Amino acid sequence: MSETRKVLLGPIFANNPIALQILGICSALAVTTSLNVTIVMCIALTAVTAFSNLFISTIRNQIPGSIRIIVQMTIIASLVIVVDQILKAYAFEISKQLSVFVGLIITNCIVMGRAEAFAMQNPPGLSFIDGIGNGLGYSVVLLFVAVIRELLGSGSLFGVEILTTVNNGGWYIPNGLLLLPPSAFFIIGGFIWILRTIFKDQVEENEFTMKAHVKKEAM
Amino acid sequence: MSSNKDSIANVLKVALLVCLVCAIIVSTAAVVLRPVQQENRQLDLRRNILAAAGLLQEGVSVQEQFEQVETRLVNLETGEFSDEFDTETYNPRDAIRDPALSEPVPGSEDIAGIKRREQYTEVYLINDSEGQLQTLILPIRGYGLWSTLWGFVALGSDLDTVRGLGFYEHAETPGLGGEVDNPSWKEQFVGKEVYGEQGNVQLAVKKGTVNRSNEMEATHMVDGLSGATLTSRGVTNLIQYWLGERGFKPFLNNLEAGDA
Repeated sequence: MSETRKVLLGPIFANNPIALQILGICSALAVTTSLNVTIVMCIALTAVTAFSNLFISTIRNQIPGSIRIIVQMTIIASLVIVVDQILKAYAFEISKQLSVFVGLIITNCIVMGRAEAFAMQNPPGLSFIDGIGNGLGYSVVLLFVAVIRELLGSGSLFGVEILTTVNNGGWYIPNGLLLLPPSAFFIIGGFIWILRTIFKDQVEENEFTMKAHVKKEAM
Repeated sequence: MSSNKDSIANVLKVALLVCLVCAIIVSTAAVVLRPVQQENRQLDLRRNILAAAGLLQEGVSVQEQFEQVETRLVNLETGEFSDEFDTETYNPRDAIRDPALSEPVPGSEDIAGIKRREQYTEVYLINDSEGQLQTLILPIRGYGLWSTLWGFVALGSDLDTVRGLGFYEHAETPGLGGEVDNPSWKEQFVGKEVYGEQGNVQLAVKKGTVNRSNEMEATHMVDGLSGATLTSRGVTNLIQYWLGERGFKPFLNNLEAGDA
């Protein structure tokens, strides 16, 4: 039981796919301007990661080594298309805003990374949970970024106005930078900083250390 | 076992089976969900039309509100109604990309930066109970700073007074050009007159604030968007184009004379 727990909850902070493994950054920049869109993206990615892990793990003993990556890709791509179709049918407004980024889940390194690193070696049940865990880890970072960007960028949360902006007759001057993709870099950087202050073991060792000055006179 | 797993026969078998199963799942999802998706797309367009015209009411279904709207096809070259295509199936946005249904706009005339213009487009009419035209909704589009702005303009029964103007798709800078979506800015268009004395398009977005005591500015112009000069200019240009001689002006003239 404790292993299941570790697999499920580990990726949230201790082994976060975005903050520690630095995977799946691209969509974290693109879809985090509003919380509604972000939540749908998180659910879509979690579902794809979980089910691709499940299916790949189920047939892992049949997949020949030489074509394993392409088999994984086929399964992931099919799942993404199905998710995209479902969104277009039942969440049309949001799927319009997500546009290509649902399709780009295919190339999201988290999905592929978990399939190759975890699902190929572990039984289906555990792989499924690992997929959900990593999806949650991704979601935590995205929600953190989206709350900051939407609140300070448009003065609202879930589209409900919290800080009345100047354009609507209020006092708050929205920070336009936060609505543009680069701002997410700063926020993710800040998130990683906080995380590594708490979990000291995540800090990477320096690649080299400077030697102290030599006190010898020049010859 | 392991040598068997990597044999050519097994590679082919696994590849074939995976492809087959995935293909079945994907095509089933696409076919089953298509009707719902098409309905969504149509609903979305209709909502945009009503919203741009300022007629959208919250709490009433879009389908119900759209019942009063009559969709007609217009030939932009002759400025007359046309029955060339069925409006249920015709898609003006696809026509723009279709060489058979659209023509390139020469650079000197292309003030709105649209590059190609379709020959047939859809307009939306709202009539009162006696069949008199109340509101005419025309599609407009043009280039702003980063993107093409897609929208609608609604004209009153005199075909001159603006009843509403709005955009449903664009990618202008959030907070600056993106303020074209701001309801209080769009509100300013309502009641403005499009054409001047000589029948030329005078409706425009001014750079800066409109001088209310100047009669010409007060009847034809709206305030510019601060920090979004190019988007504002783009809006002016696309109004110039679509309501001018190359756009809907011939059609509006015909409609006014009663022989569209």
